[in-house]
Amino acid sequence: MEIMKQVVEFFSPIYILMLAGFLGYEIISKVPVILHTPLMSGTNFVHGIVLVGAMVALGQAVTPLEQAIGFLAVLLGAGNAVGGYFVTERMLEMFKSSKGQEK
Amino acid sequence: MGYAIETIYFLTAVLFIVGLQRMSHPTTARSGIVWAGYGMVLATVVSFVHPQIQAGPGNYALMVIAIAIGGAIAWWGAKKVAMTAMPQMIAIYNGMGGGAAAAIAAVELLKVHAHPLPISTLIMAVAGALIGAVAFSGSVVAFGKLQELKFFKDDAKFRFTGQQKVNAAVFTAAVVLGLIIAMTHSSSGALITVFFLLALAFGAMMALPIGGADMPVVISLFNAFTGLAVALEGFVLGNSAMIIAGIIVGSSGTLLTLMMAKAMNRSVSNVLFSNWAALGSGEAQAVTGSLKPMEPPDAAIQMAYASKVIIVPGYGMAVAQAQHKIWEMCKLLIERDVTVKFAIHPVAGRMPGHMNVLLAEAGVPYDLIFDMDEINEEFSTADVALVIGANDVVNPAARTDKASPIYGMPILNVDHAKNVQVIKRGKGVGFAGIENALFFADNTRMVYGDAQKVAAGMIQGIKDLG
Repeated sequence: MEIMKQVVEFFSPIYILMLAGFLGYEIISKVPVILHTPLMSGTNFVHGIVLVGAMVALGQAVTPLEQAIGFLAVLLGAGNAVGGYFVTERMLEMFKSSKGQEK
Repeated sequence: MGYAIETIYFLTAVLFIVGLQRMSHPTTARSGIVWAGYGMVLATVVSFVHPQIQAGPGNYALMVIAIAIGGAIAWWGAKKVAMTAMPQMIAIYNGMGGGAAAAIAAVELLKVHAHPLPISTLIMAVAGALIGAVAFSGSVVAFGKLQELKFFKDDAKFRFTGQQKVNAAVFTAAVVLGLIIAMTHSSSGALITVFFLLALAFGAMMALPIGGADMPVVISLFNAFTGLAVALEGFVLGNSAMIIAGIIVGSSGTLLTLMMAKAMNRSVSNVLFSNWAALGSGEAQAVTGSLKPMEPPDAAIQMAYASKVIIVPGYGMAVAQAQHKIWEMCKLLIERDVTVKFAIHPVAGRMPGHMNVLLAEAGVPYDLIFDMDEINEEFSTADVALVIGANDVVNPAARTDKASPIYGMPILNVDHAKNVQVIKRGKGVGFAGIENALFFADNTRMVYGDAQKVAAGMIQGIKDLG
């Protein structure tokens, strides 16, 4: 049983990697050209999740240097998330009043 | 607490995936970003009570201040900037994400003496730091180029012989140093500083010699890089939300980059490692004929009496913010029973879909907008093809001239139309820096001027017809 548990633990990140990678590929492959820029902006927003890691890093910081770098990380991460959101929203705003679709 | 946070992170991952999925259809796109936004807010809020956070209230204060400052600046920037400047805003926010990933790695590496990490984790931390730092400095350069800041303006000044060897040397040095840091569990400030400086230098050196026309591909690539860096740091921190989101962005960004490069008929390595000037062999075919100017009202009359007009927008339309005036003019043409269609080249403007976004802003219905493959056959039945500030994407040399740097790139068959009108600011060459034989063709007329003013002149011309 113990060995099975280790095998599962070893393989689960690889499964995550494979499935998430496949998913990202699939989402993009069906997108019409018209949405390429907004979608690039949307994925740009999604990696703003780095903010969460930055908060953890700052939370673990002890020395002033670590605190300074952690502060920078949170600042940049928040910029990525907030800026990414509003740029994407502004672009997609324009697709609101359309009558039909391209395809 | 751990289970609660993991549950929220799982929910965030689901919201991101559903959000991206909705963003890939025009009708649901707007709700997609809102779904993803909820996910981000949820994840951020619960992270304040993350069990890995062990520090005192001082760090919480710093967290709140950093989020407030970073968020406020980014919010202000995203709201204020003109629609035409969107590509560089994506570049700069992407750079911030890469920088954040690199900074997380820096904190983790500095703490190694107090909190030892296994070597595999350290290697991931170093790899994420390298990729994140490259994405950061590269994106800043891309921003500078698209913003047309003076320092970045001349691509050629950043090109020198042996450049690729120097870049490779810097990259290798950064990798070796990174491996040393990981292998020796070193938390020496000096080593880590030099490592980051090398990584940042490589990112900037990679992006500096690349011309503005290739920037979309480069930004997309850096976007994928940031995703990868975030995923790697997610593995380091054991943070499932970062891992999933990072990998999805990494893979979708990579595919998007390949699609963009394919539309330009170039490989990604070709975009990154060669310059236009170095491509092609022998002399380019000489362009014969003369440029024949035309006044906006005359151009308008030609279109008003046509039965079919195809409009080809390019970056010039974006710069002049002419999309509203152009659409106003098209509505007048449609009232006169002229068939009006828009033809979009995959790399028109600064990013794929850039033109679609601008036309949508002006209120042009989707059913009038066509991709290159859908409409290319129709040019031969069009009475007038109106090119607005586009150049390389309509250059017939891409079809015929093997010596041309853009040879092989798919182009819009504008030259097959009975008449061609080209709105252009001046007589300069396009981004690729080459002459366009289309402009010299017998059936081409040049309408010089700012696209918005020209469109206004055309509107007046049509109205005067009564």
